[in-house]
Amino acid sequence: MDFQLNADQLDLVDAVQAFCIDQLPMSRLRTMEGGPGVDRDTWAQMGDMGWFALSLAPDDGGVGLGLADAALVFEQAGRFCAPGPIMWSHLAAGLIDGAAQGAVVVGGVERPAAAIDGATMPAVIEYPDACDVLIVVDDDGLWRIDPATLSGRTPRPTDPLTPVKLVADLPQGDQIAGAEVAATWKLRGRILTAALMVGLADRLEWLSVGYAAERFQFNRPIGSFQSIKHLLADMHVRTEMARAQTYAAAVTWDQPDIGDAARAAAAALVVASGAVEKNGDMAVQVHGGMGYTWEVDVHFFLKRGLVARTWWSGTEAAAEDVAASLVS
Amino acid sequence: MDLRYSENDEAFRSELRAWLHTATKEIGIRPTNEDWAERRAYDQRWQKMLFDAGYAGINWPVEYGGRGATLTEQLVYYEEIARSGAPDVGIGFVGQLHAGPTIMMMGNEAQRRAHLPGILAGTEVWCQGFSEPGAGSDLASLQCKAVRDGDEYVITGQKIWTSFAQVADFCEMLVRTDPEAPKHKGITWLIVPMDLPGIEVRPLRNMSDTTEFSEVFFDEVRVPVSNRVGDENAGWRVAMTTLSFERGTAFMADQILIGRLVQDMAALSRRITTGGHRSWDDVEIRRELGHLAAEVDALDALTKRNVSAIARAGDGIPDMNLAVVVKLAYSELRQRLGRLGMNIIGRAGLVYDDIEVDGHDLATRALLYERLHSLALSIAAGTSQVQKNIIAERVMGLPKEPTWTSN
Repeated sequence: MDFQLNADQLDLVDAVQAFCIDQLPMSRLRTMEGGPGVDRDTWAQMGDMGWFALSLAPDDGGVGLGLADAALVFEQAGRFCAPGPIMWSHLAAGLIDGAAQGAVVVGGVERPAAAIDGATMPAVIEYPDACDVLIVVDDDGLWRIDPATLSGRTPRPTDPLTPVKLVADLPQGDQIAGAEVAATWKLRGRILTAALMVGLADRLEWLSVGYAAERFQFNRPIGSFQSIKHLLADMHVRTEMARAQTYAAAVTWDQPDIGDAARAAAAALVVASGAVEKNGDMAVQVHGGMGYTWEVDVHFFLKRGLVARTWWSGTEAAAEDVAASLVS
Repeated sequence: MDLRYSENDEAFRSELRAWLHTATKEIGIRPTNEDWAERRAYDQRWQKMLFDAGYAGINWPVEYGGRGATLTEQLVYYEEIARSGAPDVGIGFVGQLHAGPTIMMMGNEAQRRAHLPGILAGTEVWCQGFSEPGAGSDLASLQCKAVRDGDEYVITGQKIWTSFAQVADFCEMLVRTDPEAPKHKGITWLIVPMDLPGIEVRPLRNMSDTTEFSEVFFDEVRVPVSNRVGDENAGWRVAMTTLSFERGTAFMADQILIGRLVQDMAALSRRITTGGHRSWDDVEIRRELGHLAAEVDALDALTKRNVSAIARAGDGIPDMNLAVVVKLAYSELRQRLGRLGMNIIGRAGLVYDDIEVDGHDLATRALLYERLHSLALSIAAGTSQVQKNIIAERVMGLPKEPTWTSN
């Protein structure tokens, strides 16, 4: 057992971080507001780096690393608020031609539940104008749809970097995989979602630490006050717990003999989802009035977290799955 | 990142599991009453069994009676103890998890030979004399003094929250040896035999209705200078080593045990009714079980990350910056478990004892104890507030609060 990053993993993190610093600074992301949310050239570079092909077997055109390595990339994606349907394109690598290389942008959505009593919720499609292919996930499998054929309203999005489209009658689509593959996507997707959330939670923590160190009130940095320190320490504990469980879930997927990967994945999502939401709220609080402005970056990270919290039927569904595993 | 146990670890696991299967039957149930002599005898008997079988001090060196194995095997040991329902370390806690590791790191060879084998064999029971009525979170302000008189220190003062003092043979003690020096620089770490004249132990009754810890009074107690660990007035540095172990690895066994606790709580919630339905069918209770089980998993993962960090660092001393994160998360998790447990059992919570329903023992007492005892965890071994200051100041590099003086 050596549950720390190995040398290759540390190199991978360094490389992805350097790419993000260069290609995805907040100054650039802010110019992408109102657009499709994906820059084709950047996406292709992400493909070259292996963002989508990393955990795909070499025989299928992938890099052949594990989900643990992919989780490290997704953590950095979260730390830099990288936009675009990265998770869906990663999951689709090997199934949709061109996804692995970043030549084809693949988005995805869970099929909304049929109405029981009242109206069926419309499907909320993320990055509708950037995706070449849309995959719909339901209990029966994966279904492929051409997003260009979808009609619907394009409302103002909550996350400025996650444009959305409301589609009232989502077509059935062409089935490309069965229930088993769909279940696998959910499991791996929960882990990648958790990894993204860990990165968001980490960035929210350190944005707040930086601000608390430089913001003076009462002739002192506000970070010298215990009331602020304790909020920051709570953020740190949440990030570390989420990171540990997310890595554990990814490693469990890669090394199935060590435990129940489905339980570990659901647990990772629960812990990381709590971390990103609470760290987001506390980051606004620590930044004071500035934290509530558009100008300060905090809201971008919080909002991305709120978007991710809705994926895979949300946090409480994962909590139910963990609970069920206690008595099965 | 690798979470697999080695073949060696797994061989150790199956050997230990087989041994525990029979040993737990032989030792029987630990007494839970306040007869501390009886509890000492039971815990010593269990420790002797472990020692004779080669399962005491898993990662301690062989020359001091340990097994000489890795910290990972120590982790396997805790997992198997939890799985088998075997007794935990009990009154051996301070000796095996604070004083022993501290003497191993900071003591001299004579001290190691004098105490470490006895701690592992269960013949030496230890207690901790750090806190005082006026020195809690501000531990370095401690006043209990030791005055040098030839080859002896003469100790006068008071200690408090001294767990197992009434049955301990030795006390790991912090004393003030230089009242003129700055507070961190006049402290010395001493080994104090508890049978010396001038020591009085007064047990304290706590809110969980046990007398686990005591006040201890020292009236001109004479201790040989050779009982000093580290240099005179260098005790703060020795104490920081003790606290690294206390916050870093001392609670590993309990962290693993709570996995079993949440499992038991889920099972109980399906057998007990509150407000006209099974507790399990209350969506908030069920989801909180899910949230807490997820947090328990995360704590386990974080513990493994820290064990790997200790193994990589090579000096065997837990990193305080990592340890405080685990301690904070662990204390809060136990308190949430305690609150949920009482919600699950409803009005059975009025009975501070196990209750029987239709001939089935519902084992509710453990949950009530959890509800109350968990409140001590965010205070003992450094309050959560002190741990949070440590994170903010050492991990994040934020400035300390300005010093406040009354004059």
